[in-house]
Amino acid sequence: MSEENARRFSRRAWIAGASGLAAAGLVRTRADALVAVPRQAAAPAADPTKVPGRFTSEVGRRAAGEQPRRLARTQALSSSSQSPLQDLMGIVTPSDLHFERHHAGIPEIAKEGHELLIHGMVERPMVFSMSDIERFPRVSRLYFIECSGNGGAAYSRDGMPTEITVQALDGLLSTSEWTGVPLATVLREVGVRRGASWLLAEGRDAAMMSRSIPLEKAMDDALLAYGQNGEAIRPEQGYPLRLMLPGWEGNSQIKWLRRIEVTDRPTMTREETSKYTDPLGNGTARQFSFVMDAKSTITFPTYPYVLPERGWWEITGLAWTGRGRITRVEVSTDGGRRWVDAVLQAPVLPKCTVRFRHLWEWDGRETIVMSRATDETGYVQPTVQQLWEARGDRTRYHFNHQRAWKVARDGAVTLGLGDLI
Amino acid sequence: MRRWAASLLVFTACVASSEDAREGSTEEGTDVLDAGYTLPAHAPERFGLGSEASTGRVAAWDVDVKPDGEGLPPGRGTVAEGEAVFRIHCIACHGPTGTEGPNDVLVGTEPWEEWPGSSTVGGYWPYATTLYDYIARAMPQITPGILTPDQTYAVIAYILHRNDIVPADAVMDAQTLPQVRMPARDRFVVDDRRGGAEVR
Repeated sequence: MSEENARRFSRRAWIAGASGLAAAGLVRTRADALVAVPRQAAAPAADPTKVPGRFTSEVGRRAAGEQPRRLARTQALSSSSQSPLQDLMGIVTPSDLHFERHHAGIPEIAKEGHELLIHGMVERPMVFSMSDIERFPRVSRLYFIECSGNGGAAYSRDGMPTEITVQALDGLLSTSEWTGVPLATVLREVGVRRGASWLLAEGRDAAMMSRSIPLEKAMDDALLAYGQNGEAIRPEQGYPLRLMLPGWEGNSQIKWLRRIEVTDRPTMTREETSKYTDPLGNGTARQFSFVMDAKSTITFPTYPYVLPERGWWEITGLAWTGRGRITRVEVSTDGGRRWVDAVLQAPVLPKCTVRFRHLWEWDGRETIVMSRATDETGYVQPTVQQLWEARGDRTRYHFNHQRAWKVARDGAVTLGLGDLI
Repeated sequence: MRRWAASLLVFTACVASSEDAREGSTEEGTDVLDAGYTLPAHAPERFGLGSEASTGRVAAWDVDVKPDGEGLPPGRGTVAEGEAVFRIHCIACHGPTGTEGPNDVLVGTEPWEEWPGSSTVGGYWPYATTLYDYIARAMPQITPGILTPDQTYAVIAYILHRNDIVPADAVMDAQTLPQVRMPARDRFVVDDRRGGAEVR
């Protein structure tokens, strides 16, 4: 099978095709991803019914032909990597593919010896070991985490990219089942004093990443989380302990958490003044813009996939909101003239991604497919023009506008937002 | 201990379940299935976990600096001293004059019509105390925490002077730094997004 044929016959052929060409090492795919190819993939048996299989093992591995990878382009202390949204099914992100955003690298921390200090406006300043924290009554919940910079690549008035993958565009989004103790339970243990209204949360990384958090959120649904998808949180996600603030921008959910100071005012750290504030068109900047507004993104079909033929295709993607539940996702297959309700795959959980699907018969003509989400507050995912109007074109975070993908007559899919403007 | 904790949780769930059933307080059993964030009614006022933090322990870790200057340590630094610190520790990432990068541009007086421009300290940072808080915890990036309080005050004095915020003879310390009025101080507004029909 030639490379060209491979690309046309498989939904994920752009990775598979590339891996077939390379014996080993890093491969640059048609997209902007560098894909690490395993050096020794087990050769498939000609007839597995005639050859005994391999034995049990202590730790499983992915099938040889399945090698989803994060997009880790920048090797730097302050950097990020994106989840391969185009390769994922359902809503849960495998833990080793959860997006990353580190401000000074990933610290190596042992669970033994890691402690959380809670002090400030409390009755009893206290230190908790991890075994203390794990002994409190536990909660497990599915929540998304999204970096507030996610999607910024498609906000420029000066020119939208067309050859960009959904991974590069929106891959700073992941969903896990998180396990931990409600922060409210632990704050009850130390006794919050009257008059307290904020926290300072601080990490144990080389950035000592720190954010001020309203006490109201801490008492509502914040978690001190140590579990991710059934096992200990990955180092990249904050091992052994992180703050979970469901529905809020990722940077506020301090990883490698080691200190909480209860205060009556924000600390005004660099990450809530110089960074993670949103300049508006009127010369002001929005501060403490924690909540991630409703958003949806199509994960198939997206660049660089090429629809090999007309006929029935299922458009699918993810929708989420930091303000509760998604109530509706609409899909348009004609550039936004008509919208139809997509199917929402149960469960539809608060502050969690939901998988949407829409069965579509492509007639072979050039068109644009789009999605837009509505949440339980009645908020409808805006167009990019609406966001430009509301915030100006120099804002820096919270890019939750509608995405559009152009399907050309030859089936090639590109980010199509540029054509809509 | 883990085994003990697990059996406590199972026990708790059973108790909650039977009590709820007796009182008929659940609808379709959802409260029992998903106790969520609410502690059971018989949970103790305190679990008695953790240990008291000594004042020494708190002092060692309580390194943040508030906008009113709370948390600033003793020490002082001048603009001239700060230039020397900057040349040794900062120029590799911020350039010889704080404008060249490759990392964040620190110095700049871009026209306000272009705001926020490249988000320099002079153009975008609302509080001078944030410089101390951030440099002490995270700078220089390769050797965070290496600067003494004197060096930190000095390099802040230099950066503020380069941004035309303090004069060449300025001295920064725990008293003077919180009094520095940053040009962008009044540009920050509270998030007014509330969900609902309006796009903000």
